[in-house]
Amino acid sequence: MFKTPQGKEIFVVDGHTHFWDGSPANQKNIHGKQFIECFYAYHSNLSPKEQLWEKSKFEKYSADDLYRDLFIDGPDDVAILNSTYLNDFYKNGFNSIERNSAVTKKYPERFILNGAFDPRDGEKALEYIHYMKETYDITGVKLYTAEWNGASKGWRLNDPDAYRCFELCEKLGIKNIHVHKGPTIIPLNKDAFDVHDVDYAATDFQGLNWIVEHCGLPRLDDFCWIATQETNVYGGLAVALPFIHTRPRYFAEVIAELLFWIGPDKILFGSDYAIWTPRWLVEKFWAFQIPDDIAKERGVALTDEIKEKILGLNAARLYNINIAEKKAALAKHPIALAAE
Amino acid sequence: MTPSSLRAERETEVWAAVAMVNDPELDEAVTEMGFVERIDVAEDGSVALDFRLPTYWCSPNFAFLMLDGVRNALGSLFWRPEFTITLHDHLFADEVNQGVAAGKGFAEIFEELAPGEDLEALRAKFQMKAFQKRQEAALAQMRQADWSTDAMLGLSRQELEAPPAGLETAFERYRQALRARFPDAAPGAPAFVDWEGRPVAAEAFGDYLARLRAVRINMEFNGALCRGLKQVRYHEKSADAELTLVDFLPPPEPNCGASARR
Repeated sequence: MFKTPQGKEIFVVDGHTHFWDGSPANQKNIHGKQFIECFYAYHSNLSPKEQLWEKSKFEKYSADDLYRDLFIDGPDDVAILNSTYLNDFYKNGFNSIERNSAVTKKYPERFILNGAFDPRDGEKALEYIHYMKETYDITGVKLYTAEWNGASKGWRLNDPDAYRCFELCEKLGIKNIHVHKGPTIIPLNKDAFDVHDVDYAATDFQGLNWIVEHCGLPRLDDFCWIATQETNVYGGLAVALPFIHTRPRYFAEVIAELLFWIGPDKILFGSDYAIWTPRWLVEKFWAFQIPDDIAKERGVALTDEIKEKILGLNAARLYNINIAEKKAALAKHPIALAAE
Repeated sequence: MTPSSLRAERETEVWAAVAMVNDPELDEAVTEMGFVERIDVAEDGSVALDFRLPTYWCSPNFAFLMLDGVRNALGSLFWRPEFTITLHDHLFADEVNQGVAAGKGFAEIFEELAPGEDLEALRAKFQMKAFQKRQEAALAQMRQADWSTDAMLGLSRQELEAPPAGLETAFERYRQALRARFPDAAPGAPAFVDWEGRPVAAEAFGDYLARLRAVRINMEFNGALCRGLKQVRYHEKSADAELTLVDFLPPPEPNCGASARR
């Protein structure tokens, strides 16, 4: 719960969080080492100084750190915990659904656990989707189209194998498909993060919600165009939002473009924890005003009402969270670290 | 001339030649970005150059375009030196360095690593983006200085040669891109044309600017990340410092290529 300076309570759904193990013990090779180092560079580069972590903690933090940073020190009411495998880089995966589920089981009211799959695994991917549904009753997945898999350095959402997976997702009620389309962290094939495949998949799977993480940056214009055409395409603010600290005018331009093109109902807050922690992001976002010249140029405003949608109401709608019921349920469990 | 002063002079020459190579994705000189870490000129004139990108994961396509540019720059030096280019700490460092050592061209190495990618098409695409970004920077500064739409669109190429105070850098950078794209245009032709050379209609100017802005927003995202990630990776500056882009702020301190050497 975020309390505004005026005392208003804002319901916060953090649309993008992780519980990873990038520690040297889990690294399979140089790629694993360089992957977490690149994340750490994002963290160091865009965080306010007082929010910087030691590298060793960043590589592997505890479940208690996660809970404290999101819900005790942080303003999140509910967090979406994504799974990311990167099995070519990490021995036990970067953050597998098993690792994540150990935390979500402890705090079932707080987390929404999302799975992941790789369509290139063929039949096994379909089996895995069944397994995740049966074991964890997932309602969403997070997909990394640029993930390596043997000789393949990426895949596209409109590949036939991917379509078979989406058909199954639709059937099983796994409705929310988060797609990492952002900075080229694993850019072997230059367009593994190209956003145009979202257009095909979103058209062909109208029953699924497509949440494009990082708003497709640095392909914001392509993303905006697609998300304007497709009613079931949403934009996640992770990575874009931290610019609010280092380059506020730049963030203003990005959010103005998003508001102009896709509107206030399709933008989702996400901290990308543990790259960034949600508290400072939410505080700065609430205090943020788009400079007049930029707002005028695009004819948009970032009102308190819109901020409330972005911070929680939009994601709550996608994940069928009844806010009144959720608040009541959360009130029954005082915020505290669960005993081991 | 003593051998050491000759070497120093040649080193300066090499830095100047390499400074003409741009990061295609950011439209900024590789030396300004600090990607060229070391240049050594030996007594026999041969050149050794170390190249390092902000992250291990930097897009290989752009790495290839830059290294190709560096190779061309070194190949055009008047004393025709032997040279070695070494890429450090990159996903493809081994492949590139071994390929280069084996006498392969970058296009050949690239084809092996990413079959079917067209480097020339990629280069052309980013030349277009650089043109648009420089044009946007010039127009944005003119608008800030209260130029009317008609005055901006009525400006001729000739008039672009004589920028009013404050607009020198923006005009110069745009002029370079304009000359490269339309070398034969008449002096009286409009200064602000689209990538295809069509004049921009006053009534469509708002939409046109919005499209240019989108190009710049994308490039600025990469630029800010690249600079920031590189600073953090090599602890060059306070991580909290505001990151800058050459189009929006005064030119960087001279000799900044050297500052990246250690």
